[in-house]
Amino acid sequence: MLTGVSEAVYYILAAIIIGSGVMVVSMKNIFHSALFLVLCFFGVAGIYILLSAEFIAAVQVLIYVGAITILMIFAIMLTARLYSAQIKQSNEQVVPGLIIVSALLVITIFALSKTTWKLSSQAPETQTVAEIGKLLMTTYVLPFEIVSVVLLSALIGAIVIARRD
Amino acid sequence: MNYQLLLPETFLFLWAILIFVVDFFRKEKKYNLAYLALLGLIITIILVVISQKGDLFGGMFHGDSFATFFNLIFLITGFLTILSSVEYTKKLSSYPGEYFGLILLSMVGMMFLASAGELLTLYVSLELTTIPLFVLAAYRKDDFKSSEAGLKYLILGGMSSALLLFGISLIFGLTGTTFLKEIKTVLIVKYLATGEIGPALILSFIFMIAGLGFKLALVPFHMWVPDVYEGAPTPITAFLSVASKAAGIAAFLRIFFRAFLIFQVDWVLLIAVLASLAMIIGNIIALLQTNIKRMLAYSSIAQIGYIMIGVVSASATGVSSVAFYTFVYMFANMGAFITAITFSNSTGSDEIKDYAGLSRRSPALAAMMAVFMLSLVGIPPLAGFMGKYYLFSSAIEQGYIWLVVVAILTSVISLYYYLGVVRQMYFQNSIDENPQAITVSPALRTALIISVIGVLLFGIFPHIFLNLANQAAMVFLY
Repeated sequence: MLTGVSEAVYYILAAIIIGSGVMVVSMKNIFHSALFLVLCFFGVAGIYILLSAEFIAAVQVLIYVGAITILMIFAIMLTARLYSAQIKQSNEQVVPGLIIVSALLVITIFALSKTTWKLSSQAPETQTVAEIGKLLMTTYVLPFEIVSVVLLSALIGAIVIARRD
Repeated sequence: MNYQLLLPETFLFLWAILIFVVDFFRKEKKYNLAYLALLGLIITIILVVISQKGDLFGGMFHGDSFATFFNLIFLITGFLTILSSVEYTKKLSSYPGEYFGLILLSMVGMMFLASAGELLTLYVSLELTTIPLFVLAAYRKDDFKSSEAGLKYLILGGMSSALLLFGISLIFGLTGTTFLKEIKTVLIVKYLATGEIGPALILSFIFMIAGLGFKLALVPFHMWVPDVYEGAPTPITAFLSVASKAAGIAAFLRIFFRAFLIFQVDWVLLIAVLASLAMIIGNIIALLQTNIKRMLAYSSIAQIGYIMIGVVSASATGVSSVAFYTFVYMFANMGAFITAITFSNSTGSDEIKDYAGLSRRSPALAAMMAVFMLSLVGIPPLAGFMGKYYLFSSAIEQGYIWLVVVAILTSVISLYYYLGVVRQMYFQNSIDENPQAITVSPALRTALIISVIGVLLFGIFPHIFLNLANQAAMVFLY
């Protein structure tokens, strides 16, 4: 269980993630949205560190912050119309959407707080990289290989969609 | 470990790579790659039929009769899709080779999905199934509707994956494992100790049903279906409406029947309500459609409602009737789409009113379309009747009389729009003064004949495949 300092850190990180997430979907300028997305991903990386998953945290920063959002920012900056455009991110369905989402939130909080979760009695791994590598090559080799096929198909698909005829 | 179990999937994957490579070296007539893809599919079908049975990676991959049955559905659907795509890809300005390769890759995902015994594998297989389909839906870059279809499918597909993943993460939090067999054991132990299953498990059921509901196009998760089905290239629409749904059903049965059958009181009623909504809304909105692709889109929503009746039964007969109905639905629905493709290749129209007088223009095509329509309604002696008969009797066995009443009433409604097409073809005069016969290419003719044979054969001799369906259902009996 989280105690003392780490619990406080957890709530700060959660506030950063949710706050920046809300900003991503409410900013009028898409460039600002992308910047808040970077902040959101950093917050998630913080949660991973809190859970002693340092390797996943590093991967999170490298891939989500370093590659995906930076690529998005490049795309926005290279598209003149997008960079300065003011886009309204809500429509007339915002009120019903808000009601449904709030109801879902209340139900989820109720359900999650009433539940006893299965906690691992093992101490956190210190050598996470080695352990992840071992699992990916033994127990989880099948999903690992399927993911590589997923990446291949996404790559080919992206080329088909993006390349000019 | 017996890695031979992975042979059909591995072979199909390598064949997809082969298509990409051959495509790279071929300069012209790339649409002929369709025949290479068909050859690969025939070999894969043989490999699936002769494949051994067994488990791999500690229950992560099940090479069992259930997987074999659904793999056959995917492969036959893919075969018919590629046959009906030959004409289409001739007109395609770019990337005809990738088109076939992506279909094969999507099928590799479906095959893994039907065999998955672990949630992580199941999820990545689902992604492998859908990612090529996003691209295929948007394949006609010059067509606004096709791009719209691709984008809508991508966004809603992504959202449904997120819902499914959230459900899976709750399950992992509750049980500490992603293997379906262990999840079942842990949950039973917990239930015996505490006497209740807790709200989080119910919540995860709801999230997983919503996530898979999008893939299956159950009401109320169906709003993407008409636009995507209308905008996507018609062969891909056919593929989406049969293979992708069959994959969703396979995933649904794997998760809920392997891990949560014990807790059926907590999710069966929800499925029953969703199934009746799908039957009522799908059939009623289908009445209003004037475009054949949109009509078939709503009809496929209604059909998934019928299929879910077998899931509600939550019994071995239920599973076997689901498997059997999916199998016969494949022939009738693929046939209807292939007729629409043939018609639109020749006339450029997808409007139902343009089918007027088809019986005089092309008697054989009209007769086949009538057979497919009647099979979708469930008129004896066609396969659809036997399929519905087994579904309804499995539900009555378990006491879901009200669900069967809804199903029969909505079947009567569906009669109106399915027969509406038949009426146009047989009893209306063509608007055209001097109508030409519809030209049917050899590939499309083969696809149509296979579909018609399927519909007639499994209507008159259902036990041929019913035995296989029963064997597939046995998988869930322990």
